[in-house]
Amino acid sequence: MRYEAPESVEGAVALLTGAKGEARVLAGGTDLLVQMRADLVDPELIVDIKNIPETRAVTEEKGGWRIGAAVTGAELKENARLKKTWPGVVEAANLIGSTQIQGRATLGGNLCNGSPAADSVPALIAAGAMASLAGPNGRRDLPVEDVMLGPRKLALGKGEIVVSFLLPPRPARSSDAYLRFIPRTEMDIAVVGAGVSLTLDGDSVITAARVSLGAVAARVLLVPEAAQAIIGSRLDKPAQDRLEAAARAVCRPIDDKRGTTEFRIDVAAVLTRRSALIALDRARAN
Amino acid sequence: MAKHHIEAHVNGDAVEFLCETEETLLDVLRDTLHLTGSKEGCGSGDCGACSVMLDGRLVCSCLVLGCEVAGRSVETIEGMAKGEALHPLQQRFLEHAALQCGICTPGFLVASKALLERTPNPTEHEVRYWLAGNLCRCTGYDKIVTAVMDTAAAMRKG
Repeated sequence: MRYEAPESVEGAVALLTGAKGEARVLAGGTDLLVQMRADLVDPELIVDIKNIPETRAVTEEKGGWRIGAAVTGAELKENARLKKTWPGVVEAANLIGSTQIQGRATLGGNLCNGSPAADSVPALIAAGAMASLAGPNGRRDLPVEDVMLGPRKLALGKGEIVVSFLLPPRPARSSDAYLRFIPRTEMDIAVVGAGVSLTLDGDSVITAARVSLGAVAARVLLVPEAAQAIIGSRLDKPAQDRLEAAARAVCRPIDDKRGTTEFRIDVAAVLTRRSALIALDRARAN
Repeated sequence: MAKHHIEAHVNGDAVEFLCETEETLLDVLRDTLHLTGSKEGCGSGDCGACSVMLDGRLVCSCLVLGCEVAGRSVETIEGMAKGEALHPLQQRFLEHAALQCGICTPGFLVASKALLERTPNPTEHEVRYWLAGNLCRCTGYDKIVTAVMDTAAAMRKG
């Protein structure tokens, strides 16, 4: 098993493109090393992207935020300005695992692990984040909701990596929130996750919204119907009911020991409403 | 292929070692550097018994590759006491009987030290959440939390 830690995006892409056998990108390693140990993967090549400066930076760019794919949850939490602008994204990233995991786990890894239950992904999708990719054919940007196609399946080509994410500029009176359900208070995988981002006008009417649901389908869903259900409202009771109905309608969850289909659909509706109410409160204060 | 030749700092000392790609930092610490204080519980980042500091950041050493630490600084439980003088956390873990079998203890101590360095006056809530990634099957956690809170209070007094 080869290990390489290139210092440039081009170097990483060249290594991955030229790999003969299975190649894996190493960011925080909190999924990859577990999968290697369980013999689920046995890569011929590991490309550690943490020595590439672009993957490790958090910078304000064009009024938005550029977050490197290999930035850890702990680093996001310590960035007070980012946390103020995108509290939902930061709280979602910080729900992943323990303090120890937070010291390693990354947004890029959470997305590219390809789990429908990844906590940071619904928050990124609700935020309207774009993933910046680099591959043998150059660079391209893809909305985060289009990166994952299904469990363990990504829209990335051979040799293509996620370099960073771009969170868009934030108008005044905007905010976001993410909630998940787990059977205990820490250290578990989402049974359902719900991210909501919204913007208000001066009269506290919602002028823009994005809603995303995790762990209720084969991929993390962007739910435009749920956003439409609350745009133009003040999130009064009828709007909340429409929001819940729209969230329910898109759920196609699995039925397993962690949550039945009926339970996951109910929880998806409740968490979507609660996330929206939290985002609303935060936006009013901005 | 040839082993990786890695130079790093462990508990302030310059070290060099050879490792295979698949060897974890925990493997290197225990089997190559013979620092066996860090324990392997689960090997999958769930139990925290292998907790170490990597460039000042609390991590599970079972989820770090040995070759990743080239040029970096690692602190383990072996660096916690100063000679015969126990760290205040170690002393109070003993006084409060915050351990029984002891397998989880090095991880709890390293993690608790990391907490108190950044949060000298933690609430019990903060202690419990910070230590949620450290599992103990003996104590029921109360004695550990009490020991950490008591140490924090004592260290604040100086």
